[in-house]
Amino acid sequence: MKVKQVIQILDSKIITGEEFIENDVFSACGSDLMSDVLAFVKDQGMLLTGLVNPQVIRTAEMMDIHTIVFVRGKQPDDSVKEMAKERDMVILTTDYPLYVACGKLYEAGLSGGRPTL
Amino acid sequence: MSDIVKTLHYDVDPKDFDSVGEASGKTKNVLRQLGFPPEVLRRVAIAMYEGEINMVIHANGGTADVEISPKQIKITLKDNGPGIPDIEKAMQKGYSTASEEARSLGFGAGMGLFNMDTYADELNITTKIGVGTTVEMIIRT
Repeated sequence: MKVKQVIQILDSKIITGEEFIENDVFSACGSDLMSDVLAFVKDQGMLLTGLVNPQVIRTAEMMDIHTIVFVRGKQPDDSVKEMAKERDMVILTTDYPLYVACGKLYEAGLSGGRPTL
Repeated sequence: MSDIVKTLHYDVDPKDFDSVGEASGKTKNVLRQLGFPPEVLRRVAIAMYEGEINMVIHANGGTADVEISPKQIKITLKDNGPGIPDIEKAMQKGYSTASEEARSLGFGAGMGLFNMDTYADELNITTKIGVGTTVEMIIRT
């Protein structure tokens, strides 16, 4: 699935990383708990979360996650946007809650991925 | 090991939670530039990041030292915090004494030491109540 399809499925707004909308997303995970994200390394590429703080970007950086979707209409502040830009990440927002956003993407064929470590 | 190609040193600031992870991110970049495979980069980054978070949540920050050699990456995290009273309990998945603030930031779920143990090939913890904790992790390439 491409980032631009994710945007369409989730009625997303793109906050940063417009130049990467043709990139592929192979799998995704959804969590508000960064330690849980760090516990399961997969070739995931995308994180959906309702948590909006710099540690989300840091977690994504450590995990090689390139696309982040902030759910429930959460808006990142400028420092978070700046951090994502510096790391060539895509940030999207959607009004859907976490469960529904994940469900829509799963239904469209985006899997949870397989552990790679 | 005598074939150390690079050493890195960072101070982990206890007051600025936003900057936690900077040392791990920088270390990851250095390893990438040195040509280590992505799997090694991730394991080092995750293990060290969890360690950095622990130092800020539980201790008053500390220092992070990294020794890079072709066969292994050694990370030493040292703090002058309160020490860990029961390491066995602290290693358990889900056990946490973290503050509400740490939890509101997405941590303190009792996965930190568990994740460090999972991603490092060797994890040695030396701790003394009231003196501090030293965590040594070795990740073999």
